[in-house]
Amino acid sequence: MEHPKEEELIAFHDGDRAGREKLSAHLESCAECRASLEKIEAVFAAMDAIPVPEPGENYGQRVWAAISPRLPEKRPSWWESFFAPRRLVAVGAFATIAIAAFLLGRHWKPGPAPMVENIDTQKVRERILVVAVGDHLSKSEMFLIELSNAGPNSTQGKLVNISAQQHRAEDLLEENRLYRQTALQEGDKVMASTLDELERVLLDVANSPEQVTPARFESIRQRMESRGILFKVRVIQQGLRDRANPAKPQPAPKTQQQQNISKTNHQEGNRA
Amino acid sequence: MNQMTSSVETGLVPDAVAVERTLAGDRDAYRILVERHSQNIYRLAYRMAGNSHDAEEIVQEAFLRGYQKLKQFAGQANFGTWVYRIAANYAIDRIRQRKVEDSRRELPNRESEEGQEIDPLAQIKDSTPSPERLAGSNQLALRMQQALQQLTPAERTAIVMRHWDGCGIEEIATVLKSSTTAAKNTVFRAVQKLRVALEPFAEGRQAVRAMGTE
Repeated sequence: MEHPKEEELIAFHDGDRAGREKLSAHLESCAECRASLEKIEAVFAAMDAIPVPEPGENYGQRVWAAISPRLPEKRPSWWESFFAPRRLVAVGAFATIAIAAFLLGRHWKPGPAPMVENIDTQKVRERILVVAVGDHLSKSEMFLIELSNAGPNSTQGKLVNISAQQHRAEDLLEENRLYRQTALQEGDKVMASTLDELERVLLDVANSPEQVTPARFESIRQRMESRGILFKVRVIQQGLRDRANPAKPQPAPKTQQQQNISKTNHQEGNRA
Repeated sequence: MNQMTSSVETGLVPDAVAVERTLAGDRDAYRILVERHSQNIYRLAYRMAGNSHDAEEIVQEAFLRGYQKLKQFAGQANFGTWVYRIAANYAIDRIRQRKVEDSRRELPNRESEEGQEIDPLAQIKDSTPSPERLAGSNQLALRMQQALQQLTPAERTAIVMRHWDGCGIEEIATVLKSSTTAAKNTVFRAVQKLRVALEPFAEGRQAVRAMGTE
């Protein structure tokens, strides 16, 4: 074998596999090439001799402190936030409900009169929405109860980890926004206002750090309790349950004529 | 987000999630990425620039550019590799700029790794060092540092990426915006130049070794 070029020796040092065995055999027998390879190795050894000063453990924090004032706020475009993964879950759930309601509305034709069909479709849609919002509220209720019962560790001054509650709050937040907007569109002010208050609690938790001081945790809980949000959620939930499953059909309000008849019957009975 | 939670979050949140959160408008999520990758980028920047001042500037600029271009990242690679590439690119520009600035000065001053100004006249003396002066590893490091400064920005980038960070030729070619063959040749050229620059030193060491054995 001819003497290898310097490039080949550098590639050999770098661990290049091409022609490695041949070159290896040549180096065994050629002192000149071994000396050349040693010179190349000396270059890399000399490079390793260059010290790199340690910038310090908190270097990352210093870099952040230096650049953060220069970072502009990123405002996601409407479609980006719409297609964000968490939102997609809520949008998907909502879309499923809407499609189900639409299909049910199309295929369920109880009567020939278009007016009646329209009323039934509306009822079905409302019912599905009521079930979906009910489900959201019951999840929210669980969340609020957990938050209310969770507390700082007995050790004073230790941070409280609320990461689990935070993830749940973030998930609920997306659904909540959708249902609040729907309630507003439907003109259901009580529902919209309760969902609005619920949203503030959820935001409060979602925007907190994963670990909070006991004092901060207590203030979140106090804000939640002072608004009576858990009670309001339960009231709305009960209202929705009543709408979804009327326990006993309420007697229709009597007309004036019926009342007169009733009165007459009663008087007649007394007479008898 | 406060400073108290920084280490907790930095340790827990994966890069991809931090990128997603940043893109969704949570600027503080970018802090996680900055804190996690700063040290690594600093090492690259220092080896490329040869001094702390320029290295710190390269690190900051790399993260600023990373933030501005984050949409382009879109999970195409590991965030660390991506921002490393940005830093290497910026370092090339910075070194070129520094060379122009230095050439405009009558007596260019450069910082040594200890932050002390190096007298340009001393550098001339350094080019013909006696074996005794170069015997220690500090001198070797200084000599090597100077030899690296003599490389072109592309050569310096190629050798730093190849040797210290174990980057593949394709990765180097991406940063240099060249073909893989050209990138490979750039690495070879860099090693050749360094070998030639260290030749007097190697001879000096041999002489010292010979003196010691005699």
